[in-house]
Amino acid sequence: MEKRDEMLNPYMIQNLDQLEFSEFRQKLQQLMEAGYSPLQYFGSPEGILYSLMGKSDCLELLSTAFPNTRIYPSLSKEYPAFNMFERLLHEQYNIHPEGHPWLKAVRSQLPGENAHSDYSFLSDDSSLLHEVGVGPVHAGVIEPGHFRFICRGETVEHLEIQLGFQHRGLEQLMLQGDFKEKTALAESIAGDTAVGHCLAYCCLIEQLADIQPKGREIRIIALELERIAMHLADLSALAGDVAYIMGQNFFAAIRTTIINSSLAICGSRFGKRWMTPGGVNYAITKQQARVLESTLQKARTQIIDCAEAMFANSSVVTRFDDTGVLKLQDALALGLSGITAKASGMIVDARMDYPCIENSNFVALTQSSGDVYARAYLRYQEILQSLQMILSEINQIDFQQAISTPINSLAPNSICSSIVEGWRGRIVHTAKTDAEGKPIWYRITDPSLINWQALALVMRGTAISDFPICNKSFDLSYCGSDL
Amino acid sequence: MFNLIKARIRHGYQAIPNPLKTQIHPSFPGRPSLSGKADLEALNRLCPVSAFEKKGLDLGKCVFCGLCERRYPDWICFNPDFKIAADKRENLIITPEQATMPPIQAIKGFKHSFAMRNVSAGGCNACELELGASNNVNFDIGRYGIEIVASPRHADAVIVTGPISKNMADALHATWQATPQPRYLILCGSCAISGGVFSNSVQLDRSFLSHWQACLYIPGCPAHPLSIVHGIHSLMGAK
Repeated sequence: MEKRDEMLNPYMIQNLDQLEFSEFRQKLQQLMEAGYSPLQYFGSPEGILYSLMGKSDCLELLSTAFPNTRIYPSLSKEYPAFNMFERLLHEQYNIHPEGHPWLKAVRSQLPGENAHSDYSFLSDDSSLLHEVGVGPVHAGVIEPGHFRFICRGETVEHLEIQLGFQHRGLEQLMLQGDFKEKTALAESIAGDTAVGHCLAYCCLIEQLADIQPKGREIRIIALELERIAMHLADLSALAGDVAYIMGQNFFAAIRTTIINSSLAICGSRFGKRWMTPGGVNYAITKQQARVLESTLQKARTQIIDCAEAMFANSSVVTRFDDTGVLKLQDALALGLSGITAKASGMIVDARMDYPCIENSNFVALTQSSGDVYARAYLRYQEILQSLQMILSEINQIDFQQAISTPINSLAPNSICSSIVEGWRGRIVHTAKTDAEGKPIWYRITDPSLINWQALALVMRGTAISDFPICNKSFDLSYCGSDL
Repeated sequence: MFNLIKARIRHGYQAIPNPLKTQIHPSFPGRPSLSGKADLEALNRLCPVSAFEKKGLDLGKCVFCGLCERRYPDWICFNPDFKIAADKRENLIITPEQATMPPIQAIKGFKHSFAMRNVSAGGCNACELELGASNNVNFDIGRYGIEIVASPRHADAVIVTGPISKNMADALHATWQATPQPRYLILCGSCAISGGVFSNSVQLDRSFLSHWQACLYIPGCPAHPLSIVHGIHSLMGAK
């Protein structure tokens, strides 16, 4: 049997030392000062607190027992990157991070509270301010979430985002039945990131089974096709929001040809059913590769035509420019990822920092202005980059090679994390197995969970009429965050 | 300006001339054919959502993952036929050797116009994107007078996507109550019809569906825009 390549990601550990709480905390502080950010920070049913810390080419997993009193001094005040994680920890295990600036429900499941009715919004009696509530059901065909704006005239002073409406109990469902047959569920964590999340799940299983997956090129193609398609959907939606109808329709039509290319290979426009632990379910034949290549070449020309026209259009640029600015220091402090972070100049990309598929030539693209324009333009640039990646991978496919490897039994008593750069940013899955190799818990972190904070931040001081383009420029996931 | 003209010329004509008669790519997994020899129990043991029952394959549960087809190609195959919507729940069960879907009975009075309000209730955004796509330049559901509206007050029907999470149960109910009568309920995607991959979750509250009867079921994971267009068009009884 082929030996598995040594890679940092997925990251597996069998005998994890449990630190004293004070030591755990001290270590976290040291790592934060050394430029790490928390990729995951969560409690487990056995009463253990875990923190997966990472920076380029380095990963570290720390653990400690829950504090006896279930109270500990909050980390979020000093390191805002822990904010959402500490809120979740409080919601799930009733552990109180003392001094946390704003301990609220994340998935509307706070212990002892009745879902939404008990949620306390920030409010103010000033006669200068008024509140605008939107959702959970929105005017378009989108997922549910509640936005509450506190405005002074047209200007938003504060935006509060209440999520949790999409909570489907995903992490619990991952534990039911055969752990090796959870692809359909992993694809539904966020249906628009089916390949990204499923790939994270597959890599995790492969590491636990100690096998070398097949179909490296096909996996890269699937992941990048998903990125291109969703970036196009966002460019289309952004164009629509500033009444640039040509862009709205053209980008949507080009997206159709891209996702139909996925359908032509695996049968699903979203790349569902394509990935499987051990490799992929559907090979790319020589003829399919030729068709895909010519489709992408044609799409490339169309995308450049359309994007160059759009980004040169003064009415579009006026609306995008300097709208919804996210500062680099905020992006760094919150530990954001994906387009959200990169458009503000933060150099962060799991494909470069901890690749799950070897690709040494990859360099992350960034923008610096952090506004809607930067996020839109970066999507355009990433589309071209991904097209280039696919076109070079197509020529490397070995059409004779098998496309998957059978799965062995899974390693017992192990903790394994896998990281994938989905089109929204960093996806992290972590699981622990028991003595029989069955999962004890499964933790999923979609980039949206953290990145939603960016939307709330940029709305401050922005006109409420700019909310739609700010929201679309981030295009975050409700279901990925709510699980 | 010249860029714009160049882009317009290269863009060409994107609309599918007739979405009801178009050919879909042969890779598309649509209406399945079950062989008379198929061992339904063996298939059900394999199926991640237990979609096989005594009578056949329940398309309302199926997530079209293709596991059964890849493992037992002699017993089952998914045809590139997107016309899989049904007006009755039991019509979604495909029996062995069944070659067509039962026809959809049209409702009266909506031949030329039909307005729908979407409620995403725990949906993973795949069905939502496909419902949105059915309105884009390619599928252009608007050509049949079908509209996705922004308020339940303007709607003839509520189209539900997602398995209906507990946290969305109230909002779905409120949307339904705000829809003027006569009102119709459409379930889009395996999750809405049966709970799909989430059917075992304790975080769902599907009691809404025990009070109200759907008039159209559109299977798929997610439902394909062509299935959506065909299903709703048939329900309207439009020519």
